[in-house]
Amino acid sequence: MRDTGPLRGTGVSPGVAYGPVRRLSGTVPEPPAGARHDGDGDAETALALAALEAVASRLDALSERAATAEGRDVLAAQSLMARDPGLSDDVAARVALGLAAPRAVYEACGVHRAVFASGGAYLAARVADLDDVRDRAVAELLGVALPGPPEEGEPFVLAARDLAPADAVLLDPARVLALVTAEGGPTSHTAIVARALGVPAVVALPGADELAEGIAVVVDGTAGTLVVDPPDAVVAAARAWSDSRARHVEAAPGPGATADGHRIPLLANIAGPEDLPAAREHGAEGVGLYRTELLFLGREEAPSEEEQAAAYREVLEAFPDGEVVIRLLDGGADKPLPFLPAPAPEGNPALGERGLRMLQHHPTVLATQLRALARACHPAPPSTEEPRQNDPLAKTHDPPHPGTSTVSPVTRLAESQNPSHPARPDAHPEVAVARLAEGGDPSRPARPDAPSEAGAARLVGSRDSSSPAGSGAASGAGVARLGVLAPMVTGAQDAWEFAEACRAVGLVRPGVMVEIPSAALRARDVAAQVEFLSVGTNDLVQYVCAADRQSGALASLQDPWLPAVLDLVLLAARAGVPCGVCGEAAADPDLACVLTGLGVTSLSMAPAALPAVRAALAAHTLAQCRAAADAARAATTATAARKAARKALATPR
Amino acid sequence: MTERTVKVMSRAGLHARPAALFVQTAARASQDVTVSKRGKDPVNAKSILAVLGLDAHHGEEITLAARGEGADDLLDELEHILSQEEPQRA
Repeated sequence: MRDTGPLRGTGVSPGVAYGPVRRLSGTVPEPPAGARHDGDGDAETALALAALEAVASRLDALSERAATAEGRDVLAAQSLMARDPGLSDDVAARVALGLAAPRAVYEACGVHRAVFASGGAYLAARVADLDDVRDRAVAELLGVALPGPPEEGEPFVLAARDLAPADAVLLDPARVLALVTAEGGPTSHTAIVARALGVPAVVALPGADELAEGIAVVVDGTAGTLVVDPPDAVVAAARAWSDSRARHVEAAPGPGATADGHRIPLLANIAGPEDLPAAREHGAEGVGLYRTELLFLGREEAPSEEEQAAAYREVLEAFPDGEVVIRLLDGGADKPLPFLPAPAPEGNPALGERGLRMLQHHPTVLATQLRALARACHPAPPSTEEPRQNDPLAKTHDPPHPGTSTVSPVTRLAESQNPSHPARPDAHPEVAVARLAEGGDPSRPARPDAPSEAGAARLVGSRDSSSPAGSGAASGAGVARLGVLAPMVTGAQDAWEFAEACRAVGLVRPGVMVEIPSAALRARDVAAQVEFLSVGTNDLVQYVCAADRQSGALASLQDPWLPAVLDLVLLAARAGVPCGVCGEAAADPDLACVLTGLGVTSLSMAPAALPAVRAALAAHTLAQCRAAADAARAATTATAARKAARKALATPR
Repeated sequence: MTERTVKVMSRAGLHARPAALFVQTAARASQDVTVSKRGKDPVNAKSILAVLGLDAHHGEEITLAARGEGADDLLDELEHILSQEEPQRA
């Protein structure tokens, strides 16, 4: 047994796992230059082409298993590469000159690789896809292990330098016990995949990619440690943790609350309807953050209003009694989309046009998403229905006609449910969105005056009193429960413009992300415009510390325990409207207690993290949580804050 | 020889899914078919690596060429893919 103590990295997905290491075999050797075959060129060519065909078949099979459209498209394109007639001809020509099959494949791919590498961003990104095809074919010919995660055998702890998006497609949740990588940070792909799989993960762990194949390890994704060849006691503790986690899940105790009954709804972060079963299985009370990007990624054009509405409706209907918060498309920065081109080249995309800023440049995309959200509050229309007549939002496509009813049932509902935000007479998403796109009028009062009495009366008077109330009542619950969240909001002006655009289509619960320090520092001004706030701790930490969250070297600065971050959360929590936390901070059981103590009103996290957080809250009183929050904020470093909070939580109150 | 010049309307350019559909369609044809960008040599339209290598973006013009029986039909089919903003299936 080695006596080196645990290896330390950054824990990014909670939990403890024990199992054998399997390496991500990413290094297929380059066949030596000049390697020649033994003379039978035809046989050698046949070998090379058979290998390429085997690779194509394998990629086809993987493509069918891919969970996302993006993954499917990448794998399908890779399969076409392996079957490329130009590539086969080139390989055959090189073999005819005497090169051995592996070298011929390597060199033939190299020609296209050079073209790709010198092309634009899209082509450059295909270099990795082509390399993967090449490595698979060379591995096949050399009889070495295929690159990528092990595809067979016992459950394992996957160790790698880092994980690429394509690797994630290949991970089988039933067989991956934990992930450890030498690079990456809390928001790297590894972290996201681990949380989606519900397995512990440690990133930025030096030496993770050099662990011996098959060696037993204990991974602690909460503490961020890895113990190689662990002593029996450590293994026993790991097993006990797994058992207790299983018990938490089994027990599925009721809604989130402290030991003395202070309610904290525990909600799920999801990327689409496909995550709903996991959310329910782990006892989520609703959805605190539906990241809609997956609907848009890998598309050449934004999905239609109907397609979006169907996805949003599915999520709303999955939690008929719970809160559902859907975030607008957070495009730009690391998520470039063909239909959201950046207005200008950006040297620093994280500080550039992303989130709401990007949508302000693309009002059509924004208007479509808002209308889809409003539409999702209504039951799907039966196919026999006359669509325009009964479509509550159909009218919003046309300009209002003076003197006739132009107010949709949704807008009426908005008025009747929330008299403090009457729908404007010009309630019309394009108008509001255009205003948003133009940046509004900074001199305008932050909370605009309600439309004049006369205007409101005209609006009421023009209503069709015989309008069906039935569908309104059914959809009312949806509208009231649906929070619509804007990402990348800088301050009150953004918040007001966004809220106007929401209310124009009858969405009565606009809320904004608090992730930019300016929004946190003036949280009261921002809160005055909207119905709720949601603190995105991942980006908040990045912006507070001016530390790129993609940078592994700066991973130690990506710590939501930093007292500076806790101070900003406190400002948001005391801004006068409900304030949730939907960042990864909410998934840390101790930090969840601290956030509760700061006054946060709901916590949203990866579904797999819910049981441990629920258990932590249930084990502590609100007084203990408040004491822990005070203790953490009194500390001067993240480490000290964590330690002080744990001590406070362990003290009975 | 049938030849025509068409504008790439797909938002993603002749990349990603449009490129895959384009190549799959070309590959089903029995005759040779090429594609070229102004000022560059024509490449085999059945080769995904060559087609991607053109790096043809949204709004750029490319020239398709085929010969023999059915060449017109084939070019119609390929043009159809290129004319859509988001081609789903050929």
